[in-house]
Amino acid sequence: MTAPAEGIAALPVVRKQRNPVLQSEAARGLGLISPTFIYAVIFLVIPIVLVIANSFWTQNYLTIDRTFTLENYRIALTDPIYRDLLMRSLWISLLVSFFTVVLAYPIAFFISFHGGKHKGLWLFLITIPFWTSYLLRVMSWKVILGYNGVLNATLMGLGITNGPSDAFLYNTSAVVITLTHAWATFAVLPIFVSLEKIDRSLVEAATDLGDGPLRRFLRITLPLSAPGIISATLIVMIPTVGDFVTPRLVGGKDGVMIANAIQAQFGKGANWPLGAALSVTTMAVVTAMAASVVLVIRMAARRIR
Amino acid sequence: MPERSMIEISRVTRSYGAFKALDETSLTIREGEFFSLLGPSGCGKTTLLRMIAGFDTPTSGSISVDGQPMDGIPANRRPTNMVFQSYAIFPHLNVEQNVCYGLKRLRLGADEEKRRVEEALSQVSLTGLGKRGATELSGGQRQRVALARALVMRPKVLLLDEPLSALDKKLREQMQVELRRLQQAVGITFILVTHDQYEALAMSDRIAVMFGGKIAQVASPKEIYQRPVNCQVADFLGGMNFVKAEIVEENGASMILDTPGFGRVKTDKPAAFVRNGKGATLGIRPERLRVLWDDTTDKYEVAGKVVDRHYFGEITHLVIEIPGFDKPLSVTETNNFGADDIPVGAPIRLAYDPDALVALAD
Repeated sequence: MTAPAEGIAALPVVRKQRNPVLQSEAARGLGLISPTFIYAVIFLVIPIVLVIANSFWTQNYLTIDRTFTLENYRIALTDPIYRDLLMRSLWISLLVSFFTVVLAYPIAFFISFHGGKHKGLWLFLITIPFWTSYLLRVMSWKVILGYNGVLNATLMGLGITNGPSDAFLYNTSAVVITLTHAWATFAVLPIFVSLEKIDRSLVEAATDLGDGPLRRFLRITLPLSAPGIISATLIVMIPTVGDFVTPRLVGGKDGVMIANAIQAQFGKGANWPLGAALSVTTMAVVTAMAASVVLVIRMAARRIR
Repeated sequence: MPERSMIEISRVTRSYGAFKALDETSLTIREGEFFSLLGPSGCGKTTLLRMIAGFDTPTSGSISVDGQPMDGIPANRRPTNMVFQSYAIFPHLNVEQNVCYGLKRLRLGADEEKRRVEEALSQVSLTGLGKRGATELSGGQRQRVALARALVMRPKVLLLDEPLSALDKKLREQMQVELRRLQQAVGITFILVTHDQYEALAMSDRIAVMFGGKIAQVASPKEIYQRPVNCQVADFLGGMNFVKAEIVEENGASMILDTPGFGRVKTDKPAAFVRNGKGATLGIRPERLRVLWDDTTDKYEVAGKVVDRHYFGEITHLVIEIPGFDKPLSVTETNNFGADDIPVGAPIRLAYDPDALVALAD
């Protein structure tokens, strides 16, 4: 028997030894995602399950009473303090996502339609502020908006105001300004991507059919970039509801958000079950708000004809 | 048909830096005409079309549509509409909304709008598909929507940028017939950009053949095919045998050429002909050469032997070496008489029509 013939005869044996299950497309896919999957289960699913479980228990000084109760949810939903904080958090995140998208859209539009060969460079330049830490950026807003800050100095220097004002810092608008700035890049990118995907011949076709620049923007570009607007809104809105660093640093008394209350329950307040109930409530409300925002934007895009 | 001019292009140049996409081009397109701009990619045909539509601006020269100079008039205010190569169907709108996109701005009223959309849809045989979503359409249907969307505007000129290139062969041939029929029905001036010579020949009233930013020839399909002005046009429009010839006599519009195989031939002198020494080129289409079977003879014949054979179903392409010719001649013969069975190496005689011989400028 010659060597090649042996090789051929040996081949089916080798095949048999391999487990067909491991060779299947699905098995390989599962193998690929399993590290991420395990990571997500340990650090995402288990904590969420724990939080949900906690929210139905009661804190007894240092121990936790594990009998099922809805008392925490009653407090979370009816106590005016938490209701106000939640409403304010939702309102702030809505404002932040609105302003972020409104500011980010023209930037994304400019880069996509007029960026020419330097689109990459423009996007790179936009990320530069993000090379510094988030905390530093929040602190620098303190420097700008503070009593002895850049804004007051400028206004006084220009003779617009006589003395420094404390109206800029430690309130809701300071939180909105700071968060809007912090999230701008995250909104530019999805809008940019959706604008890039628009076939330029569609814009030309609209022009050819008689539309000027404004009409074709409203009728073609804007509705077709709705997916980007939706993802930008969600990317900004969902995390900002739960932000607690910014309100802590620049929010003052008026800028306190729900996350600060949750943090307090897990920290000084030492009432984990209430904190958990507040977290779960916030998650549910944010999900509902996100869903309704998506619906509203989709409907608005469909309305434009 | 009235011979009124619809589009006047005078000395239009479009340069991108040092590169001239269009070089001092002048052209007149008549009202109600199906006009084709034919040429290889990069010849400037699409640039010219886009300048008529207003998507590109001439570096110098001017374009007028229906007597109106178009300088400084943006694309959205021109009496032209375009069918884009990619069709550019608005993906977020359905067929009806796509078709009435341009009408919305005109505020015609719901009834008139509806009537015109219906009319346009029936012109392109899409009646009843109005509510279909843009993403649920086949290639051919998308093409029809693009056509209806432009036609509904009742433009003075309809511009078609390689509208059939994305369709498969069968559908393309069907659409060629339909487009031609549609153009005759609506009577609008159509300008078609294409790189497909058969498409241009099958559909057009007149064709402009372009190379390197210049128009080489403007003529009817038959004339451009049978009487190309130079070797480039002849070659682009289909197979052509080029035979080296010597000028014996040149006077006015005609000349007498001497070739080793065809002998002395009297031909028309092409307009662009520039004498360069004694040499000239004579062309004859492969299908104008005819195989002489058995004992048949012809007044004009040459003899040689088959060196190659290619089978194409309805025709066979023979390559024949003839003593005296510098290159073998190509012949296409229908397979009715057994041209597909002629063996390579067999002796063969060919008949030709001296009228089919054309002198070509280089």
